[in-house]
Amino acid sequence: MSTAIVLAGNPNSGKTTLFNELTGGRQHVGNYPGVTVEKKQGTYETDIGRFDIIDLPGTYSLTAYSLEEVVARDFLVNENPSMIVNIVDASNLERNLYLSVQFMEMGIPVCIALNMMDVAKKRGIEIDIDKLSKLLKVPVVPTIARSGKGKKELMHAVAANAFKDVEPLKVSYGLDIDTALDDMVKLIQPAGFLTDHYKPRWTALKYFENDQQVIEAGKKENKTIALKLERVVQKTADHLSSTLDAHPEGIIADHRYGFVNSILKQGVIRFYQDENRLLLSDKIDKIVTNKFLGPLIMAAVLMGLYKFTFAYSGVPVTFLENVFGWAAGFAQQMLPDGILKSLMISGIINGVGGVLGFVPLIMFMFLGISFLEDTGYLARMSFMLDRVFRMFGLHGSSVMAFIVSGGIAGGCAVPGVMATRTLKSPKERLATLLTVPFMNCGAKLPVFALLVAAFFAESKALVMLLITMISWVGALLVAWALRSTVIKGESTPFIMELPPYRLPTLKGLLIHTLERTWQYMRKAGTVILGISILLWAMMTFPGLNKARLAKFEYKRAAITSGLSLQTLNDIKTLEEKSLTKKALAVKENLLQVDLDQARAALKNSIAGRIGTSIEGVTRFAGFNWQTNIALVGGFAAKEVVVSTLGTAYSLGEVDPQETASLSNKLKKEKGWGPLTAFSLILFTIFYSPCFVTVVCIARETGSWKWPAFSVIFNTILAFTISLVFYQVGSIFF
Amino acid sequence: MKIINLRQMNVDQTGIINSIKANGELGQRIRDMGLIKGKEIKVQGRAPLNDPVSLRIMGFTLMLRNNEADHIEVEVQ
Repeated sequence: MSTAIVLAGNPNSGKTTLFNELTGGRQHVGNYPGVTVEKKQGTYETDIGRFDIIDLPGTYSLTAYSLEEVVARDFLVNENPSMIVNIVDASNLERNLYLSVQFMEMGIPVCIALNMMDVAKKRGIEIDIDKLSKLLKVPVVPTIARSGKGKKELMHAVAANAFKDVEPLKVSYGLDIDTALDDMVKLIQPAGFLTDHYKPRWTALKYFENDQQVIEAGKKENKTIALKLERVVQKTADHLSSTLDAHPEGIIADHRYGFVNSILKQGVIRFYQDENRLLLSDKIDKIVTNKFLGPLIMAAVLMGLYKFTFAYSGVPVTFLENVFGWAAGFAQQMLPDGILKSLMISGIINGVGGVLGFVPLIMFMFLGISFLEDTGYLARMSFMLDRVFRMFGLHGSSVMAFIVSGGIAGGCAVPGVMATRTLKSPKERLATLLTVPFMNCGAKLPVFALLVAAFFAESKALVMLLITMISWVGALLVAWALRSTVIKGESTPFIMELPPYRLPTLKGLLIHTLERTWQYMRKAGTVILGISILLWAMMTFPGLNKARLAKFEYKRAAITSGLSLQTLNDIKTLEEKSLTKKALAVKENLLQVDLDQARAALKNSIAGRIGTSIEGVTRFAGFNWQTNIALVGGFAAKEVVVSTLGTAYSLGEVDPQETASLSNKLKKEKGWGPLTAFSLILFTIFYSPCFVTVVCIARETGSWKWPAFSVIFNTILAFTISLVFYQVGSIFF
Repeated sequence: MKIINLRQMNVDQTGIINSIKANGELGQRIRDMGLIKGKEIKVQGRAPLNDPVSLRIMGFTLMLRNNEADHIEVEVQ
């Protein structure tokens, strides 16, 4: 039999470190049902028994205002754990106990892990543990999660105290509220109003705190009693407002802190140094958040994060590319020509390669960001940048997602979208993850490079800079527009802790990174592979009909007619330089037929038909059917625009790294010019994110509504921008 | 002794919280972090663009935006 316990406590209290210490690698990361809050569970097994441990999201309180708090509360109420192990930061006792009081009021057995005893000692804080335990009437065990010290003693205390019936803690909230609470309990108790889940006094208290979740539940349970309770609250609130000029929520918070304070004052805590003296952390902050040095250091850190993510992941990325290149080559040789081979190479190998190709990026990004988060620097970045990002309805922490996505050209929106997990404000987070795909990711660069080389060769650097600026300005303006329309609403309160700088533990960083990466591979991977095959099918089927295939065969026959078997064999097997001039010409002619056939097959495919049928509309933005097909292909990955454009212009699949032949071709092509090129650049910046990003948006928002929005909205936006640019441009040029 | 708004406080200035004017989510958040009547605070610093502000209370540091600080009145020397 196992005992179900939860770890709960403030953010930055060392909760996750303790969780890792207790469960080691034996943990599982998922989501709470229906929401995107992470749920971590693991087991701890010793001679005293087996414990199933859930790591609740870190919170400061238990209101219904934030998703984390609602999730934590619902879990406690619905799952009824045997014990709450409440991690309390000993160096920050007063604020941490404010939450403990709320747990104890719920009437679930609580055991306090008094963590960071070493830090507290260094700061000259001495805590009388026995006294604290006696006054709170709960077991208190000192721990140092970083080194695992105290974890055995903690679990012994848990084993000894779990399952015990405890009386919910009764804090006095002053005469007026106390009397009202008693009256309300008298209404709640006999009717069994919400008593399946909540203790009566707790329900009453939540009514006073104007807790919408409980009030809604009450309305559904029993309208008459709910109304009576609301009336009691209203009467008391009016009275308090007229006599004390105060609201019940305020009074309740004051009394909770007052309760904590009254306990600490009974000789529980002693300070040997001034509580507010400058700590090392504050001295570092004087430099790191300095008006002039701060932004410079931040720019360097962001550059560093970017370099770390994209440069150091280069080796594994190249390795994976080679492995899949080799696999494709192997399939090319072993399988007979035809649909199966095409599916194998273009659908499956490229699909799996596409999933795994992002893995090193995601790993390095999470490693870098969790390092910044765990050290405490991330909070400083929000502190410095909040003023700027707030103007657009975003949050100071949004910057990292933008940088990783390609704010410095060459990033990737897939890890970028995932990087928004550090944002705790839901609206700001949504606006961020919907706009990061506008950044110039590494896959868009070959498209830009191709067009710039063809049409803006003299001012390459300038145009590239212009492209970066357009994407930033565009992303921020769209974020602002979204926050004023579809994601409208007051900004989430910013009040956040600036945690002291800490050196992260390697174990914590690795567990965090590997868990997330594995989650991506498992959850996103399968969907990505599926869509990859679907896109392959769109670009392949229905294929050319017999009559047209015969036409190409006839052309081939015409070229090779009258040639000796020996010459034909030479053309197939010999290197180009050892062929005669005549044979070489034949080979080139044959190749041209192959390319023309590929072009015809592409045009006839589902994607090709879509591209051709919308040419009537897209030509107003300067796009012909070839461009349209390429853009449809770009949904797989933006660099596919280049290779597909190659096929559409009968050049075969063009390697995105070697675009000289294509850019020369485009220069000469009718309908192409700087105007068309720039219109296409604008479209590429803004149109639908690639489907890997789309899948990640779905994973991160927990629904398919927002990814669908981003595909449709971004494409319409991009087309509008290109259309206006092309039409206005046509007047002047 | 005078009562001023938290926004008006200078860096390194200390004061005692006199009242919190906000209610609802913002008021709850402010109080949950320990910003309640009678607590001593010290302005620790300001961001490069002067907003948000960081302050010290009960031995830890927290930050909030100026328009949130507007709801907090502080008694200063």
